[in-house]
Amino acid sequence: MNNYFYKYEETHPLTWRIKKFKKTIFIDEYENKRGYLALKFALKNLSPDEVVSIIKKSKLKGRGGGGFLTGEKWSLIPKKNYFGKTYLLCNADEMEPGTYKDRFLMEKIPHLLLEGILLSAYAIQASCSYIFLREEYFLSKFLLEKSILEAKEKRYIGKNILNSGFNIEIFIHTGAGRYICGEETALINSLEGKRPNPRSKPPFPSQSGLWNKPTCVNNVETLSNVPAIILNGYKWYKNISKNNDTGTKLMGFSGKVKKPGLWELPFGTTSREILEDYAGGMKDGYNLKAWFPGGAGTGILTKHYLDISMDFNSLNLVGSRLGTGICIAVDNKINIVSLLLNIEIFFSRESCGWCTPCREGLPWSVKILKDLKNKKGRIGDIEILEEICKNLSIGKTFCAFAPGAISPLYNAIKYFRKEFENGIDFNLPIIKNKVFGIQSNNLNNI
Amino acid sequence: MINDKEKKFILKELNKYENSDAVIVESLKFVQKRLGWISLDTMSEISKIISVPVSKIESIATFYNQIFRKPVGKNIIKYCDGVVCYINGYKKIKNAISKHLNINTGCTTKDNKFTLIPICCLGNCDNSPTIMINENLFSNITVKSAINILESIK
Ligand code: SF4
Ligand code: FES
Repeated sequence: MNNYFYKYEETHPLTWRIKKFKKTIFIDEYENKRGYLALKFALKNLSPDEVVSIIKKSKLKGRGGGGFLTGEKWSLIPKKNYFGKTYLLCNADEMEPGTYKDRFLMEKIPHLLLEGILLSAYAIQASCSYIFLREEYFLSKFLLEKSILEAKEKRYIGKNILNSGFNIEIFIHTGAGRYICGEETALINSLEGKRPNPRSKPPFPSQSGLWNKPTCVNNVETLSNVPAIILNGYKWYKNISKNNDTGTKLMGFSGKVKKPGLWELPFGTTSREILEDYAGGMKDGYNLKAWFPGGAGTGILTKHYLDISMDFNSLNLVGSRLGTGICIAVDNKINIVSLLLNIEIFFSRESCGWCTPCREGLPWSVKILKDLKNKKGRIGDIEILEEICKNLSIGKTFCAFAPGAISPLYNAIKYFRKEFENGIDFNLPIIKNKVFGIQSNNLNNI
Repeated sequence: MINDKEKKFILKELNKYENSDAVIVESLKFVQKRLGWISLDTMSEISKIISVPVSKIESIATFYNQIFRKPVGKNIIKYCDGVVCYINGYKKIKNAISKHLNINTGCTTKDNKFTLIPICCLGNCDNSPTIMINENLFSNITVKSAINILESIK
């Protein structure tokens, strides 16, 4: 074993193989660097249940934004499958504005994802897996297709893999451009060739998912963590983190920073460290005004929160979310109202339109934000925005899209109310009892 | 008209899935590659091949933003209007392209060479602003480089 690689591997399960290399890692190089060892080991020495239990103990959490414990999710899949087939779906429909982590993994080290899929499929005894890939990721598609062929040749994919009796097929399915397909049940509907509206739960996909069969949906980054945990053990995985959330996470900063990009860092790293030590701080002439912890659907925070640890819990406590963990810097030259207008236009464009609060509420917020941006807001507009935020909060809509859409707005009003107030034209008559769009129940006091 | 190659492709795709509805998106995209857009006739041809009602195919075609229901130009320019590209000034780029080609968003140039549309974050925010022309991604775009790229396209 080459010590150099081993050193990195101990702390960087996702990226140690690509540290010094700009190019994609194909199968020979991957195998030279302990690739597919975890798969060989598991197929020979571990039962599916044991794999599930290792992942459970590792406390690996979903890296797609939800943060659900992966092992728990797997153990919801019925052991006795009366339906004949179990599916493992890889969610590679990365579209969250400000996020570029899954693309990085698929372009640099596609075999890591494949090995992760194979191990996970073995754990839940899935015999078929689809990688639901975003259409615009043409390069990822090409590289994954090539890697699947390579892995097939080596008999890692197909029938009776490495003489273990385990069979699996992996297909790539590309989308056609809708953000909502990233929601797990919408993804399932989309794959089945239905309109990708989210499904109501229960039944949960683990019981009745793709074609009514037990189905598990995991994100690219989540699956890519699996091989290292199997190879090095859950204790090792816990130890590479600095706090309660185990393992590492791809984290980064974009915006007007000196070196935008992403890095694999242990949980517990603070956003200030990422910004200053890795991203090189703000570009000359720009100051940090606010930031998003993980994509446009996470609550915006001010620079006073920069010392917060980047993990699921800490960010929840301050009214935001880890989301995808890829931060966005908002600089002092950006007007918050205009920024939120951009974000809400995106979300209202991408709402699937299934439920009224989301379908009507988001365009309504766009309308008001447009007025405020043009200094034509009316007295009461900010309160209506707050009301919309309430009506789109968790539990009020069919899926988690709307709460995600509204959380940056909610926080922006909280922290930058003055900028919203600046958009109000006090000469305009106050319009009482006249609201456009959905009629909220609680507008009497406007 | 759907040609034999496309028909074969669609039938082959069916092997990947448990039902034929699941090939709708892939079929539409494959045919669109050659024809540029999806007409009602195209849909009814696909409907015959995979035995799925046209109405169902239409409900899918209208949902996704990369299935074009009207003729488009030879080259599709997608500018990212995601939040990072917003911070890094995508609007300037978009306006420059718009002015250079003399079209608005959603429109096609008179010579049918270009169509301009917005797209959500292209996963290239660390190299923002970003545009994509057909299958090619362009990073760190400036007004000047955007125009240069357009002029280099035949
Ligand atoms: S919340 Fe929005 S995206 Fe989710 S089901 Fe309702 S309309 Fe669709
Ligand atoms: S926001 Fe434009 S590439 Fe991500």
